[in-house]
Amino acid sequence: MKCLKFLLRKEIIQFRRNKFLPRLIFAFPILIMLIAPIVANMEVRGVNVAFVDCDHSAISRRVLSHLNASKHFMVKQVTADYLLAYGLLEAGRVDVIVSMPEGFEKSIMGGIVPKIKVDANAINATKGMLGSQYIMMTIASALSEVAAENGLSMSADSDPASVRYFYNETLDYRFYMIPAFIIILIQLVCCFIPALNLVLEKEKGTIEQINVTPVSRLEFTLSKLIPYWIIGLVVLTEGILTVGLVYGLWPVGSTGAIYLAAILFTFAMSGFAVTIANGSDTMQQSIFVLFFFVMIFMLMSGMLTPLGSMPRWAQWITVVFPPRYFIAILRAVYLKGTTVLELGVDYLALAGFAVVFCMVAALTYCKQE
Amino acid sequence: MQIRLSAFIRKEMLHILRDKRTMLVVLVIPVMLILLFGFTVTTDVNNINVAVCAPNRCHAVSESVNRLVFSSYFRFKGYVDAADIDMTLRTGKAAAVVVFAADYATSGLFQLILDGADVNTASTSQAYLQHVILGEKARQSLFEMHQLYNPQMKSAFNFVPGIMGMIFLLICAMMTSVSIVKEKEVGTMEVLLVSPVKPAYIIISKMVPYLLLSCIDLATILLLARFVLDVPLAGGVWGIVGISVLYLVLSLALGMMVSNMARSQIVALLISAMVMMMPVLFFSGLMFPIENLPWALRWISYVIPARWYIDAMRKLMIEGVAFIGVMLEFGILLGQTLLLIAVSTKKFNDRLE
Repeated sequence: MKCLKFLLRKEIIQFRRNKFLPRLIFAFPILIMLIAPIVANMEVRGVNVAFVDCDHSAISRRVLSHLNASKHFMVKQVTADYLLAYGLLEAGRVDVIVSMPEGFEKSIMGGIVPKIKVDANAINATKGMLGSQYIMMTIASALSEVAAENGLSMSADSDPASVRYFYNETLDYRFYMIPAFIIILIQLVCCFIPALNLVLEKEKGTIEQINVTPVSRLEFTLSKLIPYWIIGLVVLTEGILTVGLVYGLWPVGSTGAIYLAAILFTFAMSGFAVTIANGSDTMQQSIFVLFFFVMIFMLMSGMLTPLGSMPRWAQWITVVFPPRYFIAILRAVYLKGTTVLELGVDYLALAGFAVVFCMVAALTYCKQE
Repeated sequence: MQIRLSAFIRKEMLHILRDKRTMLVVLVIPVMLILLFGFTVTTDVNNINVAVCAPNRCHAVSESVNRLVFSSYFRFKGYVDAADIDMTLRTGKAAAVVVFAADYATSGLFQLILDGADVNTASTSQAYLQHVILGEKARQSLFEMHQLYNPQMKSAFNFVPGIMGMIFLLICAMMTSVSIVKEKEVGTMEVLLVSPVKPAYIIISKMVPYLLLSCIDLATILLLARFVLDVPLAGGVWGIVGISVLYLVLSLALGMMVSNMARSQIVALLISAMVMMMPVLFFSGLMFPIENLPWALRWISYVIPARWYIDAMRKLMIEGVAFIGVMLEFGILLGQTLLLIAVSTKKFNDRLE
């Protein structure tokens, strides 16, 4: 193992002498983590509404003024013509149509109340669903205001359910997304850079020189993995500091638990990347194959969309994705303060991947042509 | 000149055709990704793990719990003690705990405790849960809801154009981003530069073969989207093909520009695969709504081609708007393409350093 020290020194000197890589590693994560919380704001705002008023009553005017006052909506058109409003929806000018039926005010004092129609453009499912939920809440509050003024009780029985959110009481979407972005960054850095670095040696031919030395396969592989292990931790630290200092979100749980998981994760990912690189002839090939996996890890590990929403077979596939365990750990430790022991299974899984991928990376490296 | 250009295109074609492995990778990967994500990526919430805490397991409680067990949205994870609620949520055994009051049979009171760390699941499951537990006691609604175009609220529909926009841009950029810088690294650039070919011809001849490859990808993906994923393609196939081919050219030109500016293959590939991935993810409207962005960031999103392509494809593929309806997006993409080609021709160095 005494060669390892020299090989590591070589890697670090090569990294330092590169003009692009050190800048990328330092600036890129900070920039991304500065923007990410602003972008990951899923609060539905600026929903464009067309208001079809067939009732022309005090109540419908009241509902309209409530919609106008809400910061969630922009009432673009008030009309009595449903078809006109529908045309606007088709043209993408409005997202939701609210139709007050004829005779709504009259019947609300007694008799069967005709339903208020809410048509939402559901192309964007999140906006469609949340937008129409907000609309219903806004209208309901307008109606109960009217009812209270007239001394009526309109389905105003107190709600039997009380609701509490643990760990993130305001349901701030940013808090949910920040761990995901940190992982995406670590994953990008620890996959692409070691693979490119290794294939570069192949394309340049310098790997031949290594092949004729007595350096063992494991030593050579470790010398390619360890630097990215450190770089991964640098990226993690940058992410935590940026988010903490700028947005005030610090991990609730222990920092040690986060770093432990990150060490295992970076080892697993760079081992995986080196394995792919061992099987590639050109840098382009290795990048294409890694891109394939990076996209899959990003969109199917529960980072951006919930794991539970995928079909059962897809959930089974994700069992072999290391990021799936890391995101579970990072979210739990960051937001809920869960401990290493409570997450034992996830840590063991990550450790397993780290060992397996490093071994595979060393074994797939062939010194013979 | 005609002959010379076709000879160069032939040279580039041979390069690609003889590298069977890379060609296979380029043809298979985008198709696999679209297929996989089309089936799996949704933001819908179902299969939520729910635990129940009931100090008094009376008939009314078990009736409500039964409704929970048979609902497709939830997976019942058993009963827990009041003291274990925090632990259950913290370790992620359940995303929500329903606590029934001891006198639930008479008062009907219950509490929902949700894991707010998972915002999506918490906010949607709250409404579903209340509905399921209350059963027919749920309040008669004043509203009649319609979800248009996408009545089952399937987000897969929403994601197919978005994922196409992201994958085409990155894959095409990755294809061309090495093309020129590689000739420089290998040393063959010198040969090219002393030949009487114009820079523009070198650039065109490098883009044409990759354009053909990516058109094969496009055709496969559209067929899969139509017949396997059931995306309607309502706005007419030719409009979709037209704007997609333009977008492919744009992405290839983007990679070309990167290749002209980068000093080495590593830099070119890292820029086109890693650095470009984040802005596309952030500002294209694929995952996060653009309307919410502050104005400075919204201006950045105007520069991202994927944003216009995804917008146009949503209209064409799902809403069924005719091609006339996406003229603005088409015009912007065309402008961006011309600009990129102009810049890469201008940036093309006909001298080695």
